[in-house]
This record gives sequence, structure tokens and C-alpha cells, in this order.
Amino acid sequence: MINGIQLYFRLLSTSIRSQMQYRGSFVFLTIGHFLTTGIEALGILALFDRFGNLNEWELPQVVVFYGTVNISFALTEAFARGFDIFGGSLVKTGEFDRVLLRPRSTAVLIAGWELQMHRLGRFLQGLVVLVLGLIHLDSTFSILSFFTLLTAIIGTILFFYGVLILQATMSFWTIESLEIANVLTYGGVETAQYPMAIYKEDFRRFFTYVIPIACVAYFPLLPVIGIPDPLGSSRTFQHLAPLVGGLFFLASLTAWQLGVRYYKSTGT
Amino acid sequence: MAYISIENLEKHYRVAVRRKGISGALVNLAYRKHQDIPALADVSFEINAGELVGYIGPNGAGKSTTIKILAGILVPSSGTCEVGGLTPWKNRLQHVSRIGVVFGQRTQLWWDLPVIESFELLKSIYRIETEQFAKNMHLYSELLDLDEFIETPVRQLSLGQRMRCDLAAALLHDPEILFLDEPTIGLDAVSKLNIRSFIKSLNKQQDVTVLLTTHDLDDIEELCDRVIVINHGRLLMDGTIADLRARYGNERRIVVDFQGKAEIDEVHQEHLLTLENNRATFQVSTQVPRFISEITRRYEIHDLLVTPPPIENVVAALYESQDGGI
Repeated sequence: MINGIQLYFRLLSTSIRSQMQYRGSFVFLTIGHFLTTGIEALGILALFDRFGNLNEWELPQVVVFYGTVNISFALTEAFARGFDIFGGSLVKTGEFDRVLLRPRSTAVLIAGWELQMHRLGRFLQGLVVLVLGLIHLDSTFSILSFFTLLTAIIGTILFFYGVLILQATMSFWTIESLEIANVLTYGGVETAQYPMAIYKEDFRRFFTYVIPIACVAYFPLLPVIGIPDPLGSSRTFQHLAPLVGGLFFLASLTAWQLGVRYYKSTGT
Repeated sequence: MAYISIENLEKHYRVAVRRKGISGALVNLAYRKHQDIPALADVSFEINAGELVGYIGPNGAGKSTTIKILAGILVPSSGTCEVGGLTPWKNRLQHVSRIGVVFGQRTQLWWDLPVIESFELLKSIYRIETEQFAKNMHLYSELLDLDEFIETPVRQLSLGQRMRCDLAAALLHDPEILFLDEPTIGLDAVSKLNIRSFIKSLNKQQDVTVLLTTHDLDDIEELCDRVIVINHGRLLMDGTIADLRARYGNERRIVVDFQGKAEIDEVHQEHLLTLENNRATFQVSTQVPRFISEITRRYEIHDLLVTPPPIENVVAALYESQDGGI
């Protein structure tokens, strides 16, 4: 276990050194990523400028959701790159066979495949928006809300990481339906940028019980903003909800192990 | 006790049958028909520790399927397979730490990093002891002459240099067996010879068992005492190169230089392959000595050379013998 974590960090530092061979490209990609993802933040600003509040939600409150989900997704994209490109490239090129030839956990080797550093662009963009939002909130930002925010971010990272592992796992069975995963990743980011409470009930239920993004990127942020849930959930539930992200991650790892076993029995 | 033993190994791939056209694609979504494609049928062989065996066959014969099963990354449909007392696919982690695999077409090194950093990563991955690592680094950088480019990023290496690095990379953890898949593909003549002599000394001096897959039959002839031939997923032959030649290559080529111009008799015409100036090439499959004594009596001969057919022709004859149906 310890050894596996050591190896994971070795692989990540290797990936960083590989990318530092192309410094210029890293700088431009990061700036580009900052700008393209940042346009959505401007979209929200324009929306509030034109229409005032969004139902009962004020601008600083909404951007806390926006910032949190963007920070988390940026970190997931950076760290889960191996799973993200798994079906499209690692399986197709036979690179995964090489991975299976190494006497280590496949999950560790794929997780350490690449740390995509230019995702820093989205991360910084989300961070700026989040900090601005927190400053302009009516309630005070305590050390407790900082830790609550942290659990929300970690939960969201684990949730998105799980989605990307599931996307990779699906490619053991089919090479066709990978677009579905994009609905969950990019679609999930779009959805969670706004408070869940503004959506229709069926939609909300889907993102709470089926694809539990509300548990990691909505409920735990309510105590941070310092308001009661318009949907009526309790504070205790809101604090515990991020655990669902961890469970989702563990479930997807289990699915991954099954997928690897299936792959070995069929080949490509 | 054999190091590798394979018995009645079978592998079928399940392949989805696709229907044509847009309507066919829609039907495919709802209902899939599968077809079993046999890749290996009833393959059995044993390899002892310390052997250097060639494993050959035309494209799609089932070579890589066999290697994948032996390497533990593919589970066969039926049959048994043991490598060093373990069933490869049941004990993947334990098994792969004892084998080395080199794919000539695909490197296992990190493209953008200096060679030495790839080696150090492999040290972590295979949990190689520092002492053992230092010993092997010393040994293989000397045998393979790696020193001059060990600090160079892999992407800047020539193919021959890269192959030398890949060989070292596969050996750092002291594997008991080395699977080589086309290790000389695309290499120039000098590099090929270097790689071959390295493989040979590895087998003889370091006592590593080697299974070599290749299309380059010179590799096989130079290196292997024993050759296993497979086609259409079935074992065609398992024996020495001499066996192979005896069964499928017993004809001889006889190159004759005449003193001055020669008229070839009709009885000898049927053996004639080429005739240029004063040099004729005959092909004879039986009673070679009698043919030679006949022509030496009949013609004025300046020089004469008897050669076995190139190994390519022998193997082609072997593949064809099966295609024609035995």
C-alpha cells in the first residue's frame, strides 16, 4: 500500500518532468485553458447583470457553487488523465498490455500515467471566482466552513474521478458508447455550477440518487454559504453528504477490477 | 521438469458480427450476433530452462495469442499452461515479476525522459534492490554499450540504440525467461548482428531462457537450436533447424561454372533454374551425388558449388504444405 502510493507519486513526478521538456507549450495551454473555461464565469456575471437574482439566489452565493465544481473538476482532469484517455488510446494501441506486464496494481499505473498540468488554467479560474464569491457573502467565513468547503471539494474530486474510472471501465466492453461519460463529466460540471434547488424535481433526483453530484457539490456548500436548504435537508445530512463521493469512487474502482478481469478473458 | 509446459491450449475470440449499412448498424445496437474465431487449437509444447527457442508462423498464426497467454495477460478458452510452476493468468503479479518482455515495435521506455530515468522508474516498479540494480546496470551497459546515450531522451535515440535500451530494461529485474517479439525488426545489418550476439550470450552466460518470435528467419537460424512452427492456430512442427531442413528443404542448389559456353542437355533442362553466360544454377531434390557426377562427366566444368535452399524457402514450403491440406 505505502509502496503503491510511493510509486504513484514517482510516476506523477515523472510526468511533470516529461512535460517540462515542453515549457512553452505548457504556458500557452494553461493560459488558453484559463481563458476558455473562464468565459463561462463571464456568462454568469452577464446573466446576473441582466436579470438581477436567480430566484432567491444572489450572485456571490451562486459563484461559490461555480468555483467549487470548477476547482474540483480541474484537479480531477489533471490527475485522472490516464483513465480519461484509456479507452480512446491505451486499449486501442495495445499500451494497456504493457501495463499488465508490470507487477503492480493496474489502477496505480493508470492513475500515475499522466498529470496534465495545463488543467491549472481551469483551477486558477475557479479559485479566483470562488474567493471573490466568499469575500462578498453576507455571512462570515469561519475555519469550520473552510473545512466543510474542503470536504465538498474532496468529495467532488472523488466523484468525478469515479466517473472517469467508469468511463475507462466501459471501454473494456465497448468502444462505442464513451460519449455517455461526457454527459456525466462536462454535463455534471455545467449542472453543478448552479445551485441544485433551481432545477426541476426529476432532474434533481437524478443528480442526487443516480449520479450523486448534488451530494458532493450542492448540499455541503449550503453551510459554507450560511443559508438553510430551500429543499429542506438537515445540516447533519449536508455535512455527511460528501462521503457519497468517496463511496462512488470505491464502487467505480471495484467495477474497474472486474473490467480488467473481463479484458484478460477476451483480449482485444 | 519442463520450465514452460503448455497442454491442449485453445483460444477462441468472440467477435461481434456486424451488419452492413445504416439499418444494419441500428440492428447491431439492439441485437448482436457473435461468432467464435479460433486463434489457437490444441497447442502443446514444453520448453526447458536454459533453452533458446524460436517461435515462428505467418501473420495471424496465433503467435501473439500464445505469448499473451504465457505472459499472463490473456486467459485461454481451455487447456493448461504453466510457467515455472505458476499458471500465468492466475498469479499475474507474481508471474510478471519473473518474466521479461520486449516488443520490437513498441518501447516500454518513457519517451521524453533520459534512458537512465526510465531504468530508475523500472527499479521502483519491479521493487529491484539497489545492489541488484547497480550490478545489472553495470553488466548491461557494458554488454550493450549504453553509456554514450544513457542521458539522452528516448525520443532522440536511433532504433538500434532504443532496442538495446529496451533489452536492458526488460532484464533489470533478473527475469527467468525473456519473451522477445521481433527484436531485430527494422534494424540495420550491424545492429542486427549486435542484438543477436547479445541474445546468444544472454542465453549461454546468464542462463536466461528465451522464446523468440520473429519473421526474420536469419535470427532463428543464427540463434535457435530449436524451432516451433505454428499456422492457423495449430502446431505445424517442433524440432531443430536441421529437422526442418530435412523435411521441407532437402533439395539443393548447384551452381556450376562451365569452361566456355555450354549446351545443356534436355535431361538436365528440367533441373535448370537460371543460365547466364557460363554459369548455370540447378535445383535437385533427390540423388544429388549422382546428378553431380553426371554433369561433371558430361560437361567441362571450371567450378561447382552446392548450397541448401535459403531458410525462407524452407519455411514457405512448410506453411504451404499445410495450406494445401495435408
